[in-house]
Amino acid sequence: MRGRALRFSPVALLLLAGCTGTQSALDPAGKDASVLADLFWVLLIGATVLWLAVNGLFFYVTRIEPRSLSRRLAETLVIGGGIVFPFFLLSGLLAYALSIMPDQRLEGTGVQIRVTGEQWWWRVEYIPEPGAEPIVAANEIRLPVDHRTEIKLGADKFIHSFWIPALAGKMDMFPGRETRLAVEPTKVGVYRGQCAEFCGEAHALMAFQAVVMEQDEFAAWLEKERQDAVMPASDLARQGEAIFLEEGCGACHTVRGTEARGPAGPDLTHVGSRLSLGAAVLPSDREAFADWVRHTKRIKPGVKMPPYVHLSDEKLSALSAYLEGLK
Amino acid sequence: MIMASTLTGAAPDSNNVYPPTEEMLAKPVDEAATRRGAEELRETWKTPKGFRYLTAVNNSEVGKWYALSAFFFMMCAGVLGLLIRLQLAVPGNDFLSADRFNQFFTMHGSAMMFLFAVPMFEAISILLLPGLLGARDMPFPRLSAYGFWCFIIGGVFVMGSILFGVAPNSGWFMYPPLATEAEGIGSDIWLLGLSFIEVASIAAAVELIVGVLKCRPPGMRINLMPLYGWYVLVVGGMILFAFPPLIAGDFLFELQRSFDWPFFDPERGGDPMLWQHLFWIFGHPEVYIIFLPSIAIAAMVVPTAAQRPIVGYSWIVLSAVGTGFLSFGLWVHHMFTTGLPSMSLGFFSAASEAVVIPTGIQLFAFVATLMVGRVKMSLPMLFIAGALAIFTAGGLTGVMVALAPFDWQAHDTYFVVAHLHYTLFGGMVFPLMAGVYYFYPFFTKKTLSVRTGRIVFWLMFVGFNVTFMPMHFTGLMGMPRRVYTYPSVMGWDLLNLISTIGAFIVAAGFVLFAIDLLRPRGKQPLAARNPWKAGTLEWSHNVPEENWGSRSVPYITSRYPLWEQENIVERMDKGRYYLPDAPDLKRETLVTTVLDARPIQCLRVTGPTWITILAAVFTGGAFIFPTFHWYPPAIVSGGAAIACIIYWLWTATSQIPAKDKEMRDVGLSLKLPVYASGPDSVGWWGVWITMLGDATAFASLVFGYFFYWTAKPDFPPAGTEHALAGPLTLGVAALIASWASIYGARVVNRKGKVATARTLLIAAPVLAILGSGLFYFSVAGSGLDPTSHVYPAIIWAVMIWTIVHTGGGVIMQCYCLAGSLFGKVTPEHDSDLWNVTLYWHFVCLTVVVAGLTIGLMPRVM
Repeated sequence: MRGRALRFSPVALLLLAGCTGTQSALDPAGKDASVLADLFWVLLIGATVLWLAVNGLFFYVTRIEPRSLSRRLAETLVIGGGIVFPFFLLSGLLAYALSIMPDQRLEGTGVQIRVTGEQWWWRVEYIPEPGAEPIVAANEIRLPVDHRTEIKLGADKFIHSFWIPALAGKMDMFPGRETRLAVEPTKVGVYRGQCAEFCGEAHALMAFQAVVMEQDEFAAWLEKERQDAVMPASDLARQGEAIFLEEGCGACHTVRGTEARGPAGPDLTHVGSRLSLGAAVLPSDREAFADWVRHTKRIKPGVKMPPYVHLSDEKLSALSAYLEGLK
Repeated sequence: MIMASTLTGAAPDSNNVYPPTEEMLAKPVDEAATRRGAEELRETWKTPKGFRYLTAVNNSEVGKWYALSAFFFMMCAGVLGLLIRLQLAVPGNDFLSADRFNQFFTMHGSAMMFLFAVPMFEAISILLLPGLLGARDMPFPRLSAYGFWCFIIGGVFVMGSILFGVAPNSGWFMYPPLATEAEGIGSDIWLLGLSFIEVASIAAAVELIVGVLKCRPPGMRINLMPLYGWYVLVVGGMILFAFPPLIAGDFLFELQRSFDWPFFDPERGGDPMLWQHLFWIFGHPEVYIIFLPSIAIAAMVVPTAAQRPIVGYSWIVLSAVGTGFLSFGLWVHHMFTTGLPSMSLGFFSAASEAVVIPTGIQLFAFVATLMVGRVKMSLPMLFIAGALAIFTAGGLTGVMVALAPFDWQAHDTYFVVAHLHYTLFGGMVFPLMAGVYYFYPFFTKKTLSVRTGRIVFWLMFVGFNVTFMPMHFTGLMGMPRRVYTYPSVMGWDLLNLISTIGAFIVAAGFVLFAIDLLRPRGKQPLAARNPWKAGTLEWSHNVPEENWGSRSVPYITSRYPLWEQENIVERMDKGRYYLPDAPDLKRETLVTTVLDARPIQCLRVTGPTWITILAAVFTGGAFIFPTFHWYPPAIVSGGAAIACIIYWLWTATSQIPAKDKEMRDVGLSLKLPVYASGPDSVGWWGVWITMLGDATAFASLVFGYFFYWTAKPDFPPAGTEHALAGPLTLGVAALIASWASIYGARVVNRKGKVATARTLLIAAPVLAILGSGLFYFSVAGSGLDPTSHVYPAIIWAVMIWTIVHTGGGVIMQCYCLAGSLFGKVTPEHDSDLWNVTLYWHFVCLTVVVAGLTIGLMPRVM
């Protein structure tokens, strides 16, 4: 049905031609998003038909047949078109749409994920089983395919909204109150999520990747994520680690297995293994790390981390090598 | 309290002079009398010249200023929209900084809502209503002028902040904690500046409601009223109930920002959700407050185009009222993604869909009217056709987003941006354009260019669709709203570029329209008197224009008098009907009963003055100084505003006529009193309607109190202090006694016991001051610290609200006492006493509810 709707809608064709789909609700990769995308296409077809009917009628009575028609017919139109028809149509529509809701709200099982909206990044904690020590990460969410995962949502200080269009609808995140959502991805791949509630200056730059993995790969990845940071593998990286600690990065950031235990900023234990940097604003390579450290405010206006402009190029490349190596 | 006779109206005169018979109306009028009457009216209603022009209060002047100012603010907000589109034309653009972009989109939305859409409705209504009702002016011309000056001062203040880069930047919805924590004065400008304008909006709403209810021409029963009047009534009522929750919210919000009272701070028991509820209880009806007046314009244009009376008048009225009611039950659909229980989502989805039915009835009634008529497509009808095409698209996407599950995807994306612009352009801008083209000959006695108009239409229509159609897809492809930039990888680039191009096409249409609207028309010949061959009264106005409105106020027996009542225009011109002259050179209009429109009073309305401008300037000071935390000047300014208003009321309202001028022969042998008090007078209705709005704001505060109670487990916190029971009980008792005194004063004064009345009028303010003091002490003396937790904070807020009202009541009681002492209030002329007593009925209710809420509830529950 989706294909047919597209063929009949040149606008949609044009639009989707250039679409990469990683953040599109129209290109679903999760059970909930598929159901909602189907709902949209049904609604779109219905709306198009109704739009043509009403405006066609208007065109007919004003342009094609401007002569008087009977008053009785006109009154029937008001009752029929204004009351009877919409009553039955809307009742049906509500029944269809509301019947979707219980499934969309089903809880997930297995590893639970807690996501907290910060200014402007995402604190991510994986809780393998109730009561277990959370595995802390940031700005990237990994999910097992074909499994319903429960996500608990909160916020540090301001309201945000958690949204991965390709997987499911959105849910707001509040300070002092927990909300929840479950996602059930059906296709392995990388999808993009973004904050959907206006949250201040850098609202536009608060995104993340959702990486959907095969179930066994996910389990392996989580086990690796639980480990402390790897030891720097090269001299350059070792220098970088020293600079990291000297510059006081550990006051805000945590790198497990080192002295850096700062809770305020994103956890960097495995930052090098993430697909992006700065809440999905930069790629994750050595150059991007250097760029970020030196130009934080230019890249993300309003961000709390100060730009480290005083670092020499050498120091900066050592630091970047270290961070990139935190796989 | 509203006596049956006021609603239906007993005959004012038993000599059978009303209603007028055909024989009476057919009698020719002496030509000399016609000429003399016209001269008197011309002299009485002339507009001041030179710089005194600004003192004008007549609806035709104030309405024009109002409309042009709203249009100006719309153009400003439109420019912001263009700048937003420029920034988003390409990915990764750095044309605007993030903060500037955030200021721009906040102001674009806020200005379109508060400085354009609502004021434009009020402006157009002030311009049209007296014409539609054959009245000379609105019942309170100075109130309209005061409202306008408040609006322009507040509007320039709020809009001007953008030039200094200090504009609000937290979105037009101002969600805490983002907006409460925002640095700078932006949030304060929004809260105080727009509260100030909301007060002006409410003033205009009161004026319009009273105008529709009490200033209709004799014989125009409520079911003969033009549909526009019904819509004014519904929309005015909605403003009255929708704006106060926002004002209450603003009050709490500003207390948090200025004094750190934690209403929305979850760490101290507050809840940001309370703001979301209060804001959307306002915000959703607001949508219909914007939409219905434009439907009202369509309801005037369509029958004229069809040359037939509207089909389904009663259905339309019921639907308009129904839409008004339903619109208050939909607000949660703006909060579908906040994690509320499925049960509420289902309920509010259903309620949101239900509003389709009354809207559909109205649209189909218009189509039906066109079916039974022979339609001639005119320029206004072209805009109506465009409106229908756009609005139905917006309505249908509305059906989509009203379904909670779909909204989980669409909410806060460009899909919603597309949806809301489709509803507002189709439901407001295009019908308004139709109205401007349709009514322009009425407003100015000239016409707008048809050829330019067609170009304007196509630029706007095509440009609009090019801008907003793609946004549906941009949104579903994942682009959130309110982002100042986006990366190029998501496939949004082309769509955004198309939208930007479209926005400039729309802008070209508006520029062309503005040029045609404002260009001088000195040499252009005057328009015909009824160029569209319409059936309603406004088209009876004289060409060239006369400031008197209706030459004489007709007796109405049909919905389309110009079509259905023979000779009516000719008889109006000759001065055959009511008020054909002004022997005392006083501005007058007729007051009639609410349902049957039987004439009951010849109301002397107020004329040009500076005092309204002064009052508005000082009121502005009282709102604007606190933005900068300059509290002493704010208090002085507020005091000066009160003084101005007292002077204005004392010198211009409820003036006692000379002994032999108590009755006025208004024509057709009908003699009407010049003075009225209680439910017969327009002032009493004005107070009654204002206080309904005031009570709504108070109810919203109490709602807040119980919202915390139900939503927060630590409310009230364990072991907390409460308001002191003794002082509170005594305070409430003293305030009730004060109410009883003023009520008693009114009753005994009417009976002629002036001395007793004066004694009671002295007792009343003394008791009120005592009671207010005790009320204040019961909270302030209890050790409750409003910054510590939301429980003491809300108690303080309720207490402040209450004593501000009793304080205002004291001033009014003193005003009545002075009136009695200096001959403005007598046993026969006691309108001031009636109005103040009515105010005190509401204050008494406020006091009792406040006392029970903060004193009794926490102790018993």
